[in-house]
Parts: sequence; C-alpha cells; structure tokens
Amino acid sequence: MRSQILVGAAVAGALAFCAARAVPAASEVAIKNFNFGPPAITVAVGTTVNWHNNDGEPHTVVSADGLFRSAALDTGESFSYTFTKAGTFKYVCTIHPRMVATVTVK
Amino acid sequence: MTQSDFPTRRGALKCLAYGGAGTLFTLSGGVLLASDLAQAATKTKHHAALGTPLFVQISDTHIGFNKEANPDVAGTLKESIALINAMPEKPALVLHTGNITQLARPDQFDAAAQILSGLNVSDVHYVPGEHDVADAGGGKEFMDRFGKPSNNRGYYSFDSSGVHFVALINVLDFKPGGLGILGDDQLAWLKDDLAGRSSSQPIVVFAHMPLWTIYEPWGWGTGDAEQAFALLRRFGSVTVLNGHIHQIVSKVEGNITFQTARATCFPQPKAGDGPGPGPLTVDASVLPSMLGVRTVRYTPDPLAMSVKDIALG
Repeated sequence: MRSQILVGAAVAGALAFCAARAVPAASEVAIKNFNFGPPAITVAVGTTVNWHNNDGEPHTVVSADGLFRSAALDTGESFSYTFTKAGTFKYVCTIHPRMVATVTVK
Repeated sequence: MTQSDFPTRRGALKCLAYGGAGTLFTLSGGVLLASDLAQAATKTKHHAALGTPLFVQISDTHIGFNKEANPDVAGTLKESIALINAMPEKPALVLHTGNITQLARPDQFDAAAQILSGLNVSDVHYVPGEHDVADAGGGKEFMDRFGKPSNNRGYYSFDSSGVHFVALINVLDFKPGGLGILGDDQLAWLKDDLAGRSSSQPIVVFAHMPLWTIYEPWGWGTGDAEQAFALLRRFGSVTVLNGHIHQIVSKVEGNITFQTARATCFPQPKAGDGPGPGPLTVDASVLPSMLGVRTVRYTPDPLAMSVKDIALG
C-alpha cells in the first residue's frame, strides 16, 4: 500500500513537472486580411516560426531590430525563422507598416 | 479671357480632386487656375514655339501584379508608354514615382526595364515605392539597378532646363502607425542641396509616398515632411509629385502644389472608403479611365507650371 502511494506520488510529481515545463508553442502565423494571426505568440528557444501569407496582397516579415527579414511574400508563400535567443521580438510588414506583431521567446 | 471667366480657387481645387482626362491646371504666381483643353492647346503651341520642355510623371506600374484588379499590368503600362510616345511634343524626361514592381523580384525589375525601354524618352529618373524595397536585402534589388544617381541612398537631385529636380525616398523606414519617413540624413542633405539656390528657380520634388498627410489611418503621408517644407517654402514655385495611392489628390499651399498620380496598373479606393488601401476592382470598361500618366510643363516668364493628367481611356 505504501509503495503504491509512493509510486502515485512520483507519477503525480512527474506529471506536475512536465506540465510546468510545457510552454504553449504556436509556431505558425497566418497572414490574412492585413493581420498577423496570432499577433502575439510565445515559443521556446530553438523554435522555428513559420509565417504563411494567406492574404490577397503581398506582405513581408521584418523584425524591428534587424534580426530577420523575409522577401516579399506573394499569396501562398511562406517564410521561416528559427529563434535561438530568448527575448521579445517585434516585427512588421514593411509594405503595410501598420501591421505589427511580436514573438516572445522563452 | 478675363479673371471672372476662370473658376474660383475653390472650384479649381474641386476640379483637382477629379483630374479628368482633359483638364489643364496652370500654376501662375502661386495660384492654381483650371482651363479647358482647347485653350490649353493654343497655349501649348505657343509654349512649344518658345522651346519650353515637357516632363512626364508615371507611377505605380506594379509589374508582377496579376490579380483581379488588373490581370495585365504589363499591357496597361505598354498603353501608357504608347500614349507618351504619341505626344506631339517629345518630353524631355520621365519621372517614375515608384512601385515599379509588385514584389521587388529580379525578373519583375527585368520585365519592367524591358517594357520601359519602349519609351521614346531616354532620360528616366526613378524613386522606389515600398514594394520595390521589399526584397530580403531591404532594397538591394532596386539600388543595384537605380541606386547610382544617389550612391545607393535613394535621394538625389539634378537640373534640367532650368528646373531643379529633387528625388526623395520615404519608404525605407516607417513611423509607427505607417506614415513614411525621410529621416535626418536625408533632411540634412536636402538643406545642403537647396542652400544658396535662387528662390526664383522652380523646384520639382518627387517621391513615392505622399509628402503631405492625406489619410493617416491608411499611412497616406510622410511623418517628417514638414521639415522638408520648412526648407522649400522660400521658393517661388514648388511642385510636389507623388504616387502610392493610385488616384489623384491635390493640395495647394502658398507656392507649393502637391499632386499624387494615377497608377498605370489599378486604382485604389478613396480615403476611408472600405477596409483598406488595397487594389480596387472596377468594371473593365471603366478601368482605363482610372489609369494614366501626367505631363508637367514649366514656363519661365511669367513663372508658371502646368500639370495635365491624361487617362488611358
């Protein structure tokens, strides 16, 4: 009986540990209707974020601090960037600069 | 023709907002007057006899665009060039106020260059639009082809037939919220460029984004343009030629005339009319009337600048 409790506690502890470690990692951003969706995402260090232009108009994905810059993406085209450092990275579409969004890397 | 035969300034400004196929606007002593084409034709002959040159502005050719609003932007550009080539008096030079291409791709720049080589005018000057600097190199494709006059900075000036032309770039950086920016380096260069020039020398300023705020929610303006106009205000005749909004909107402020231009590819909605400044699809029969080119003529004595917008159909 005592061993079962111990195993149960260990399993519960392991599950709690896993839950604490998991960070919601949205690595896909859809560009549609002059918006980045979702406009704010959080990913783990080492995550590759993929942007997909599902809009009728071309867009770019350009970080405010010079870290990454896509080419002009036509409808159906994609851009990827792998975040190797933690931080909050604001980015913009340089063709329609009212479109701003962020990637937070933890 | 007496003064009372001309429309009032308000009426002229209303006319400016439409920019029909056959309206001629003459800037004389800082006042913009509208007159019909028939009168203008007589004046044009007189001016041609004086040997005063003609300039052309084309804008927003967007080579590479292939969606509903115009599936054949190469075709409408060729028609625009044919229109220029058919002018009875050959223009001295052409200004392209940007968005040459849709995606700043090499094949699009190549296609545009190939089509534009059909112009009978060899003296063509370019400024980029935001599409032209949207490559992964942040403008390298444009600068490789058109950067020489500005040492790859995008801003430069030159003189032609007594007129001082100033090319400005306002698409390399953006104010938060989307207005274009000139930047301190460019403004410092402009101050230097204009210093010591006679105020009676006519100035033509050309840039892609509107150099005045037309509609901020859609980014139609340039955040620090006022610093440029503080330098330009002393001149007796300043004509500002912009593109970007694919329609003609004008303003007169003292001796400065501001004009945006039609595109050769597709129109855009009027400010605030819809969710955003995207391509506006219109009936095929109406499209030619919303595309076109512009001629600009300067006559020195008395000082006058005439702007004429010509639609494709």
